[in-house]
Amino acid sequence: MSEQAIIKKFMYVNRKSPYGTIYALESLEVVLITAAFDQDVSLVFTDDGVYQLMKNQNTEGIGMKNFSATYSALGDYEVKKVYIDKESLEERGLSLSDLQELVWEDEDEDYAEKSLINLVSRSELSEIMNNQDVVLSF
Amino acid sequence: MALEVNGKSYETDEEGYLADLNSWDADVANAMAEADGAPLEDNHWEVINFLREYYEEYQIAPAVRVLTKQIGKRLGKEKGNSKYLYELFPYGPAKQACKYAGLPKPTGCV
Repeated sequence: MSEQAIIKKFMYVNRKSPYGTIYALESLEVVLITAAFDQDVSLVFTDDGVYQLMKNQNTEGIGMKNFSATYSALGDYEVKKVYIDKESLEERGLSLSDLQELVWEDEDEDYAEKSLINLVSRSELSEIMNNQDVVLSF
Repeated sequence: MALEVNGKSYETDEEGYLADLNSWDADVANAMAEADGAPLEDNHWEVINFLREYYEEYQIAPAVRVLTKQIGKRLGKEKGNSKYLYELFPYGPAKQACKYAGLPKPTGCV
């Protein structure tokens, strides 16, 4: 038996708005756990899932924890691929400037900040999906 | 369960993590460490304070790999390695230090 760790490509597809159901938070937790096990992790935000990354979320009125700040930790967990479905944004009258910026720090370049976010069309997305080992939908 | 320190009571879960992170203070951290037989020194506090700041900013306790990397960035390479962190926190740096910092168990903790 080889001791070499198996690294698979895991893609997490987020399709629901952040609050009201537990899907968004559960997905984020599984993403971080998968990343902590050194897997190749990517995230997709599509349909109402694009709302998960909205700036300036305030959950005071609904008495839920505002976990939107946790997305900023993705880079620390070496997650470097976040795909935003362009059509889903447009259908909701949103653009990238409505979403929070996500970066990772490149240690080899004096901790230079690099963006995680890729704006992609649905046809590009389906191609990226085809290249995954595991696709999980939330 | 509850932990009594200087006449003040702190609610904890069955593993000894604080139920309410807002009830945390330095006294309860010191009491937890003394109960484990290793009083806290400045080196421990650097890590505990970092964890509290990280939680404040990102709303999670970082996994041990993230902790190690961030400590290396903020406090220097000689501290950003598992050997150093395991010497400080032999029960596992993320788990034990998070407990002293009053945080929940780390997400993806090892």
